[in-house]
Amino acid sequence: MRREGSPWRGLGVVFLKELSDHLTSARMRVLEWLVVLTALAALYGAIQQLRESTAEDPFLFLRLFTTTREQYPLPSFVSFLAFLVPLMAIGLGFDSVNGEHNRRTLSRILAQPIYRDALLFGKFLGGLATLSISLIALWLLVIGLGMFLLGQPPGGEEMARAFIFLLVTIAYGGVWLALAMLFSIIFRSAATAALVTLGLWLFLTVIWSALAPAIAAVIVPPDPRYTALGLPTPETTELQTMLARLSPSTLFAEVVLALLDPTTRALGPIYLSQLQGAVVGAPLPMAESLMMAWPQIVGLVAGTIVLFVIGYVVFQRQEVRA
Amino acid sequence: MTVIDAQGLTKRYGRATVVDGVTFAIAPGEIFGLLGPNGAGKTTTILMLLGLTEISSGQARVVGHDPVRQPLQVKRRVGYLPDAVGFYDHLSAADNLRYTARLIGLGPAEREQRIAAALARVQLDDVADKRVATFSRGMRQRLGLAEILMKDVAIAILDEPTSGLDPQATAELLAMIRGLKHDGVAVLISSHLLNRVQSVCDRVALFQAGKIVLLGTVEELGRQVLGGGFAVDVEAQGADLAERLRQVPGVRSVETTGPDRFRLLAERDVRPEAAAAVVSGGGRLTHLAVEAPDLEVIYGRYFEAQGVRHAA
Repeated sequence: MRREGSPWRGLGVVFLKELSDHLTSARMRVLEWLVVLTALAALYGAIQQLRESTAEDPFLFLRLFTTTREQYPLPSFVSFLAFLVPLMAIGLGFDSVNGEHNRRTLSRILAQPIYRDALLFGKFLGGLATLSISLIALWLLVIGLGMFLLGQPPGGEEMARAFIFLLVTIAYGGVWLALAMLFSIIFRSAATAALVTLGLWLFLTVIWSALAPAIAAVIVPPDPRYTALGLPTPETTELQTMLARLSPSTLFAEVVLALLDPTTRALGPIYLSQLQGAVVGAPLPMAESLMMAWPQIVGLVAGTIVLFVIGYVVFQRQEVRA
Repeated sequence: MTVIDAQGLTKRYGRATVVDGVTFAIAPGEIFGLLGPNGAGKTTTILMLLGLTEISSGQARVVGHDPVRQPLQVKRRVGYLPDAVGFYDHLSAADNLRYTARLIGLGPAEREQRIAAALARVQLDDVADKRVATFSRGMRQRLGLAEILMKDVAIAILDEPTSGLDPQATAELLAMIRGLKHDGVAVLISSHLLNRVQSVCDRVALFQAGKIVLLGTVEELGRQVLGGGFAVDVEAQGADLAERLRQVPGVRSVETTGPDRFRLLAERDVRPEAAAAVVSGGGRLTHLAVEAPDLEVIYGRYFEAQGVRHAA
């Protein structure tokens, strides 16, 4: 049985409403300041460090994102982002659907001539746009400050790499936004949804990376012949990397590594055959770096889509009444 | 021509049947009451009519469209005021309506004009730019009604519009509902407060456990259940009055409730005839009063007769 009318009707209206709600909300302002301040602190540390190292670096600008200060260590800009972008995305999404339920606005809005599709998709796009606006502003801030404080303009390839990094960061935020929205659909209480999402985020970011080697070792026990030589067993390592990549944080970290450090030649274990004829420390062309990180990038986008689709299906089947 | 035509509407959740073969029709400009205790299936019926929940079996036509397959056409012509309606607290009353107006697809000029007119009609024009967070329950209900007025609908569906309102707010709201009827809008009201809503309804359907058990005008139901919808109390002195009153056409029964006091059950208001009967027999009439059929009484009596506990 086919329903009539476009599922996109009202999408733009919902999108603009969500965007304006987010941009004017106190919650968003707090999150933005948190991100800007911590990012600036990281940037400051990186610049101090970069000024001390006199070595000529063809990718000096990209170092801004990844360098950590050696004295009084401060996490790099990228690690701050890896930590704070999920927090921001969760902050935007954890009450998007159950909030409408609890305010008792959902049935009133759905009684207007729009489909649920438009409401959910508009909410997601609104959140993603808010996230993108903040990240683009932050990115421009970093580039501008970098030029100002380093006294050197970024090269074309550096800008291209940094731009793809921006897009990947938005996709990374998208995964967490979709996850937060999924839980906001499943749980009627916003507090429960927020706690579950934050719990899952902590688990995937902090605990999972420690758990993955243990699980891999249980499923594929290390070969004693390798262990005797003090080497990791390739099969175990492979499984471990695979498991670790289930976490969006791992995927993001790997993309960042490939994009922002052009000398990265492989993500995961490197085999001897791969090192044959390689000039160690020589940068890869951008296309090669991108190719290397491509599966991870696709993984992040696919994760976003899968989580959104699950949320969509649950939402379509849900009863409207409070 | 009907605005709502429901045929054997049924909703099942697993094995439980929440709404069971409900059939009714609403004509344009009619106020129709869907009455019954909480959990009788009133809201589920409404959601099925709006296409907001699936219909397990049966058929519905709302303003000539099928709510399952053409929900957008249905929702374009139907206004819905949900039970305990909510608004975005951080937005003003007018901004809340603007959002809905955009969802409906009104152009900018028409939007502002209709919003202003709707807010004026529900007497919220002086607080149009105040945030809804400061609104009382009655004001929110009125804002919900303004949304329906703005939408230019063929039928307004109001779910428990008077619950939680004080008597004055209820009276105001009911007056506004009558105003809708005056505009030719059909109104479907669901409520568990039988008496309050009875006064505005042209016809009512009494719900019990997912079924419509009684359907018709209040007078019809009174005749059907009470054997006569009107009770006339007579206080008079005279000889053989009970027998005389029994002779009055339309009277079903006469009960002597005290010395010189009689209670007549009649099909219609028989006060003039009863007075004439007393006076023509040389009696002295001291008190005469009529009680119109009362839904609460009808409802209670019906379930007493059915041996079901009255849950309202």
